[in-house]
Amino acid sequence: MTATATSAALADIGRSDATLRAFLHGLPGVDQVGAEQRAAMLSTRSIKTSAKAWAIDLAIRMVDLTTLEGADTPGKVRALSAKARRPDPADPTCPAVAALCVYPSMVPVAAPELAGSGVHLASVATAFPSGQAPLDVKLADTRAAVAAGADEIDMVINRGAFLSGRYQEVYDEIVAVKDACGDAHLKVILETGELATYDNVRRASWLAMLAGGDFIKTSTGKVPVAATLPVTLVMLEAVRDFRAASGRQVGVKPAGGIRTTKDAIKYLVVVNETAGEDWLDPDWFRFGASTLLNDLLMQRTKLATGRYSGPDYFTVD
Amino acid sequence: MFEYAPAPESRSIVDIKPSYGLFVNGQWIDGEVRNKTVNPANEEVLAEVAWATESEVDGAVRAARAAYDDVWSKMPGRERAKYLFRIARIIQERARELAVLESLDNGKPIRESRDVDVPLVAAHFFYYAGWADKLGYAGFGPSPRPVGVAGQVIPWNFPLLMLAWKIAPALAAGNTVVLKPAETTPLTALVFAEICQEAELPPGVVNIVTGAGETGHALVSHAGVDKVAFTGSTDVGRAIARAVAGTRKKLTLELGGKAANIVFDDAPIDQAVEGIVNGIFFNQGHVCCAGSRLLIQESVYDEVLASLKRRMALLRVGDPLDKNTDIGAINSAAQLERIRTLSDIGASEGAARWSPPCELPDRGFWFAPTIFTGVTQAHRIAREEIFGPVLSVLTFRTPAEAVEKANNTPYGLSAGVWTDKGSRILWMADRLRAGVVWANTFNKFDPTSPFGGYKESGYGREGGRHGLEAYLDV
Repeated sequence: MTATATSAALADIGRSDATLRAFLHGLPGVDQVGAEQRAAMLSTRSIKTSAKAWAIDLAIRMVDLTTLEGADTPGKVRALSAKARRPDPADPTCPAVAALCVYPSMVPVAAPELAGSGVHLASVATAFPSGQAPLDVKLADTRAAVAAGADEIDMVINRGAFLSGRYQEVYDEIVAVKDACGDAHLKVILETGELATYDNVRRASWLAMLAGGDFIKTSTGKVPVAATLPVTLVMLEAVRDFRAASGRQVGVKPAGGIRTTKDAIKYLVVVNETAGEDWLDPDWFRFGASTLLNDLLMQRTKLATGRYSGPDYFTVD
Repeated sequence: MFEYAPAPESRSIVDIKPSYGLFVNGQWIDGEVRNKTVNPANEEVLAEVAWATESEVDGAVRAARAAYDDVWSKMPGRERAKYLFRIARIIQERARELAVLESLDNGKPIRESRDVDVPLVAAHFFYYAGWADKLGYAGFGPSPRPVGVAGQVIPWNFPLLMLAWKIAPALAAGNTVVLKPAETTPLTALVFAEICQEAELPPGVVNIVTGAGETGHALVSHAGVDKVAFTGSTDVGRAIARAVAGTRKKLTLELGGKAANIVFDDAPIDQAVEGIVNGIFFNQGHVCCAGSRLLIQESVYDEVLASLKRRMALLRVGDPLDKNTDIGAINSAAQLERIRTLSDIGASEGAARWSPPCELPDRGFWFAPTIFTGVTQAHRIAREEIFGPVLSVLTFRTPAEAVEKANNTPYGLSAGVWTDKGSRILWMADRLRAGVVWANTFNKFDPTSPFGGYKESGYGREGGRHGLEAYLDV
């Protein structure tokens, strides 16, 4: 199985629907009950005091601070850029977030704001969030975002093609977008809420990794079911196994619905006990979130001072 | 690196008295012989406990008889149900206290006593409370009668849960009980006696006599006992069967096991590894139905073993009261010695021994999670129950061979099958000689599901509708 596959053999898998199907359907299944129980068990880990302080700072450094609204304006994006650089103006020890994530049209606004700050600039391209556009449009979308200064591209896969078994179409599209990214990192959004089963999540994860994705990401945040702990667990198992098989490390990004420090820490525990400490790093694990950051800041202040501050003590954006 | 800070559960919620007597006829009486119970995690003495003598056991059985004749057997089922429901609710209210006390006295991690043991204890009382006024519909005739006085002896691995398995169906069916908890773990049973008082259970319906083997012998051989129920080792079970033979007493035995946990090549590997870990390292392997023999199909052997070792390296061994602990202390010095002896035999017989790097506390009774590979059916560690965190790994090639090896044991309490193929699960379940066959899971318990063994794992069933039969005159 996978443990014995060589890189060359892995590259060869993408040559046809048949080879992809044979490989993806040959992966070990995921037992739904078991996966959910494991995630639930890890949720009962008790993280406090020094462990909690460490986890909160790491979580802040892993946030992809996101605004993906139809109503986004340059003003909003500039404000969020400032927040990304200095999440807590009152506390210089507070780390910056990993990246700011915006629509391609807002990349030209954010790029100068973030230049030199160390905060990455991510952009959702490829006809986000549906992915339902011709390939050349998706590629143009991607190239435009990269040209304007995005160094990370979040693409959505074609779920329709995946669910109807047209694996090679999905594969080829990821390969093409990866190529259009140039030096930019490619995060592949699986939209796990639409994939329905954990078996599909595992197959889509492998498909995205085989096609060259640098990150696999759960959701667009635009469908009812976004990131869940068991789905993230399955994806972490996939990146762990993929590294064992290919030697290449791929990151994981749950996105959508993670709003509290408590939730974020649960994800970090799952990372720690599934993929391992190599993934406990903003280069390999991210949170796609907009409201999580303020709760992290609030809990961080609480740990430092022993008191809770009201929401007005933290910037709205 | 993510170092979880210690998160110990406070023990201030538990008020352990320096000394406990016997609970007989609704009252506490001093026992003549005293002994101590210790916390296996640090060898600290927790309390002094009575060891009931023959005459004290006699007093308890007489109290149970009087309560049976005068009150409990005459009470309508719906009234008995009210008491059982009340006990169940008090257990839920005092859940945290019971969980902490269980972890202190037994050494099991709080995660398990809090999330598994105590919720199941309450569930058992709720479940059998529901049966108390419906015995005529249980399939044993229109109006089955209770047996009388039940003498019950329970082990130290799940002290409170085994108490619930014994007492709940007995009371629901209209019997009164004298229960002897294990000498190393009597404390939660003594708190349960307080709960009976709090529930205003009529005096004598539940009697708790603490003590060791002699107390147990006095109880099961007492002429006033109508029904004996025992959970524990096969050796003691044999002795009890001999003591009871030729009498009119009903007997159920739930004894040892050497369960096969069978992983096929199409299994969901990640979840199977979780199931293997849960099967053998749950409760430090102090589980009679533990999946102590892992049978892996040869085609996935390397993959499963690598995953298992990686997973075992994550197991957190240490303070049972720490909420992040996965594996607690071995229950007693004697048990630790037995685990060590059998493990050494495994190594000397040529099996390869492996444990993840893990630091064990200096004080208390500890044993690192251990696997033996290269084990064959001819090794002693593949045949004898170790009752500790020690897993023997064997291989097989075909489903028929898996069945043959799984059944090739003197025991037959449980088995596990891991495969994505539903038809194979059913095919296996038909052929495995085990009381419980878990499919794609392991060590899952539910009050509605009967539990019990084949061969040297004993006879009779506990739990579910079947569990009532042992306590009814049918």
